[in-house]
Amino acid sequence: MISIQSLTHNYHNGPTLKFPDWEILNQEQWLLLGASGSGKSTLLNIISGLLKPQNGKVNLNETDLYSLSQKEMDRFRGQNIGIIFQKPHLIKSLNIFDNVALASSLAGVKINQSRVMDLLSSLGLEDKTKNYPEELSQGQLQRVSIARALVNKPALLIADEPTSSLDDENADNVLKILTQQAAENHASLVIATHDRRVKDKLNKEYLL
Amino acid sequence: MNILRLSTKNLLRNKLTTFLNIILVAFGVAILTILFLASTQIGDKLEQNAKDIDLVVGAKGSPLQLILSSIYHIDFPTGNIPLKDATELMQNPMVKRAVPLALGDNFQGHRIVGTDSGFVSLYGLKLVAGKFWSRDLEATIGSGVAAEAHLKVGDKFFGAHGLSDASDEHKHHAYTVTGILQAQGNITDNLILTNIGSVYKMHEPDHDEHEAQKEAEISNKEITSILIQYRSPMSVVIFPRMVNQSTNMQAASPAMESARLFSLIGVGIETLKWFALLIMAISALSVFISLYNAMKEKKYDLAVMRSLGASKAKLFFLVMLEGLLITVSGAILGLFIGHLALHMIAHYQESSQARLTGLYFVTDELYLIIAGLVIGVVASILPAIQIYRVDIAQTLSKEK
Repeated sequence: MISIQSLTHNYHNGPTLKFPDWEILNQEQWLLLGASGSGKSTLLNIISGLLKPQNGKVNLNETDLYSLSQKEMDRFRGQNIGIIFQKPHLIKSLNIFDNVALASSLAGVKINQSRVMDLLSSLGLEDKTKNYPEELSQGQLQRVSIARALVNKPALLIADEPTSSLDDENADNVLKILTQQAAENHASLVIATHDRRVKDKLNKEYLL
Repeated sequence: MNILRLSTKNLLRNKLTTFLNIILVAFGVAILTILFLASTQIGDKLEQNAKDIDLVVGAKGSPLQLILSSIYHIDFPTGNIPLKDATELMQNPMVKRAVPLALGDNFQGHRIVGTDSGFVSLYGLKLVAGKFWSRDLEATIGSGVAAEAHLKVGDKFFGAHGLSDASDEHKHHAYTVTGILQAQGNITDNLILTNIGSVYKMHEPDHDEHEAQKEAEISNKEITSILIQYRSPMSVVIFPRMVNQSTNMQAASPAMESARLFSLIGVGIETLKWFALLIMAISALSVFISLYNAMKEKKYDLAVMRSLGASKAKLFFLVMLEGLLITVSGAILGLFIGHLALHMIAHYQESSQARLTGLYFVTDELYLIIAGLVIGVVASILPAIQIYRVDIAQTLSKEK
């Protein structure tokens, strides 16, 4: 279970952003909606432990995120939160298999080869494991980054504008994959978006 | 997947830059290796060959030349001295042991030294085959000569006039190999020893165009030089002065002359050393610039890895490791190239007397590896520190 309480944050000489309290139960799937500039990315960064808020608390399964030290936080994030960025951000010098396996080893989890292979084949990438990122299409890369976010069986899967750079068909696909994979891996899902195509696809919405 | 594998993969992605940096480091290290090896070996050889010799007496001329020709068998002798004067000096009470040398001939570049049994005890020579020379035209050869010229006990060979390879052979008299010396690791490995009488015999009148000149030489009975060991260290002061002032000969101290020689070579070695250090400094700069530039591109990679759970310290070591991998592998490659180069130089070296080898290791080489580590640390610490400044959230949301 994830909860945020009385969060506020302000950037240097910017307006103060206030976030309504929010509770996400296990395996719930949420849309985080809001116009650009409303603080969607900021909230996602705070929830994923990347940005310390000025005030307020973030709890993930009874752990107060911002009471952890920097190092504990890095490890906790690696093991409990899977993040899918707008761009896939894969490591160019590693092949697809290694890119996914890297997430395990960086989070201090033993690499589970069959887990990596299963994930990749469930995303239709079983024949690309030895390829390098530059040999894949944008849509395929996005799927690799989904596999990477899921490899450590996180409690929470966060996707930041996952569809904004994709065409209708691919956007639909990615959405389907996200909801399906989150369910299969028993993870809660938060998708931040201002993409009209995504609206109404999930039943829970958090508005900024 | 550990960070070592990750940094190796990163380096392999930029093969050309990595290659250039490794070569730069290797080049500097190789030059230093050659310098270390060559100067230690030359120093060792100078010392070993002159170990038990306190003084060399020969014809007047350059003292350095006298030492080089009589002890190291490199340069040409200064001339000859009358046997009569030499014998007188050898019987001086201050002299514990005196060994006469008659030089002038060679066999395939190996010098033929006419001497007596004193030479054997002076250098502590032992045989591996046969016996020492006893009569005219018998020769005992050094291990190096035996190996290179493929000579065995009982073989015959012709000496040639002069001290380097020459076609001017003394066809009238052939030497017979009676014994082969044990390898000593010094100059004697490359010498052919015989008695003084044989050298005289070679130059007896009736054979070639040098006739007139040689005739005079022989009728007066001359030798080239004498190697002297003192009875007491006190003689160091008196004896050379006595020789230089009261005879027509000159005395030269191997210790003094090799020190002088080494200080002459030293200038060149010093210059090369600075040159190598400059190359290594440039290599450090080059590694630094490539790592620093790569950081711009890698900022996203590093931010992603942070978001995947890597700590700052881990990524700091990742960047450091990339620098260290380059410089340490450069240093190791440099050591290898240095040894190989010296071995090849040795292979093509003409003078067998001062031959160097690449199969020789000095402790200074360890310092070169350490130097590689230090360069790696210096070059990568600034780029690596940037890890601590990267704001993941900002970096990742910037690229929209």
